[in-house]
Amino acid sequence: MSASVYANLPDYRAQAPAVAERFRKIKERPVVLDVQHLTREFMSERGPVTALRDVSFQVHRREFVCVIGPSGCGKSTLIRIIAGLDEQSSGRMLVDGKEVSGPSPERGMVFQGYTLFPWLTVKRNVMFGLEMAGMSRDAADREARQWIDLVGLGAFCDTYPAQLSGGMKQRTAIARALAANPRILLMDEPFGALDAQTRAQMQAHLLEIWRSVNVTVLFITHDLDEAIFLADRILVLKANPGEVQEIIEVPVPRPRSLEQLTSPEFLATRRRLDELIHPKRETPTIERLPIVRLTEVGDEVE
Amino acid sequence: MSRKRWFQVRHDVSGASRRWLTLLAFALPLAVWSAVSYVPWIWHPVVKIEQPGEVSWMRAGQLVPKEDFAREVAAAKEAGLTLPSGKRANPIFLPAPHEVGRALYTAFTTKPVLRGDRWLHESLWTSIRTIFWGFVISSAVGVPLGILCGAFASVSRSTEPFVDFVRYMPAPAFGALMVAVFGIHLEPKVAIIVIGTFFQQVLVVANTVRKVDGGLLEAAQTLGAKRRQLVWRVLVPASLPELYNDLRILLGWAWTYLIVAEVVGVSSGITFFINQQAKYRNFDNVYAAILIIGLIGLVTDQVLAFLGARLFAWKNPRPSRFRTFFQRLFAGRDVLLFPDEPAKKEISA
Repeated sequence: MSASVYANLPDYRAQAPAVAERFRKIKERPVVLDVQHLTREFMSERGPVTALRDVSFQVHRREFVCVIGPSGCGKSTLIRIIAGLDEQSSGRMLVDGKEVSGPSPERGMVFQGYTLFPWLTVKRNVMFGLEMAGMSRDAADREARQWIDLVGLGAFCDTYPAQLSGGMKQRTAIARALAANPRILLMDEPFGALDAQTRAQMQAHLLEIWRSVNVTVLFITHDLDEAIFLADRILVLKANPGEVQEIIEVPVPRPRSLEQLTSPEFLATRRRLDELIHPKRETPTIERLPIVRLTEVGDEVE
Repeated sequence: MSRKRWFQVRHDVSGASRRWLTLLAFALPLAVWSAVSYVPWIWHPVVKIEQPGEVSWMRAGQLVPKEDFAREVAAAKEAGLTLPSGKRANPIFLPAPHEVGRALYTAFTTKPVLRGDRWLHESLWTSIRTIFWGFVISSAVGVPLGILCGAFASVSRSTEPFVDFVRYMPAPAFGALMVAVFGIHLEPKVAIIVIGTFFQQVLVVANTVRKVDGGLLEAAQTLGAKRRQLVWRVLVPASLPELYNDLRILLGWAWTYLIVAEVVGVSSGITFFINQQAKYRNFDNVYAAILIIGLIGLVTDQVLAFLGARLFAWKNPRPSRFRTFFQRLFAGRDVLLFPDEPAKKEISA
């Protein structure tokens, strides 16, 4: 975005009374996820690499937190450690005040690659977590139907994943994760593989689901607008090593709608994120390619 | 579509062409065989004597190299003897298609020559039993072990190196040993097939299980699946279609081991039949028996492929070929074949 769009914007920290009140209430709620001094190092061919260094933050009940950062900042590593699929080098995580390690259904996960079980129908996919928890087939069946209706796939209960579109697959994956009754729902760039239109629709769907289900969301994305549109707070990571740069309270009031994409609060937040993620350089010009002209005279396109 | 499409790189041909090409795959070798058999000036290196004339060593029905025949004719002419006559023919080991075709039928109806000999169908049944037991015993141990190897690195590391080592020992090398252990009848033959199949099977199954997308395991873990469930509810169902295909291919290998297995101990089954018929120089029967093995293989494979497509419909959801065939057959006719046929709509978000 050019500078003119950003002219005369309010401070991104300025909050309308309703928004400030909302944040006050959120902070009064109990902490669901408490990440303390998380560090992750691994050995590469070029020696030890620190993917994450001393990452600490808290997520309150029913809060929607987005994690954003440039590529290679370790945001995927962070969410995989929280999900228990990767192990931290030091630091700890607490869910509802109890230290956790290893994967567990209390930390549900939605992956970018859907990871639906292709041999199971939509309904059986959603039943998977319920059956793992020891629920009977009948009870699981009934409960799964409710979750499938919630994501609007009631007509596709007996359809196999291969027959679904990307958006429908991801809705199934969300229903499957929610059915296992997680305390916190971890989402690793879930809409990254979707086209722009489906993506916008899915964001709206997700907010709707989040409103009506008792769940806390930690959402990873590299799309700045997506983060502002969805989040209460945005955790901004910086790369090499991955460290928390800032935790931004999004001043855009709820309920959110697409019109807010051009509201002053939205743009102010957007400007701040741009500054953090794409810091200004001395020469902000795009490097020229050393291309010899290969077209005929009079054939210019620009 | 134009013929150009037949030669587009990695591009399938249309349905009708596909059928024609499949037919061609069989018609072409048959055409070559027929040409060599029926066109007198192609090959035909020997002469079948019809009238020996006055050449002392010739008999009617005898096959003589054509150079020898020409020499004898010239010699007889010079000596003023009655000339022998004969027709150009192929050597005895290449019977014509119609002779093999006839043998396919008569092999089942001809009584065995000797008392110890077997009917063709008896021989076949022995072979099928050998294969069946060999494959079942091998799979009963090999598939579970392979799955464990694919699931757990510890099992894999402690098993696969040895399996890999034994795999390179040719199964027939164990023949004499197996006879010493199991006697001379069905058992050592089954053992040879087990040895030939088992070690490959463990490695192939383990590899297939290892190919299961790790993301599925991670997803299952975040849904609360524990070790046993990860194996039974994720790894096994996820790899089942591939495992099924592996077993199909391995069954083909088992057939190749059959021939060596059957000469171990008391020669039996289809191999014995083939050897016996070759001894009597009934090469039409030999070809017939080989063709029958091929046919059994082809038919089992096609049946298994057909069942596989049905069993693992989730893998490739599409209208079944069987159904479309009948629908096309009755297209336009007022017959409700599949009243429950769901409307095929394009599904979109």
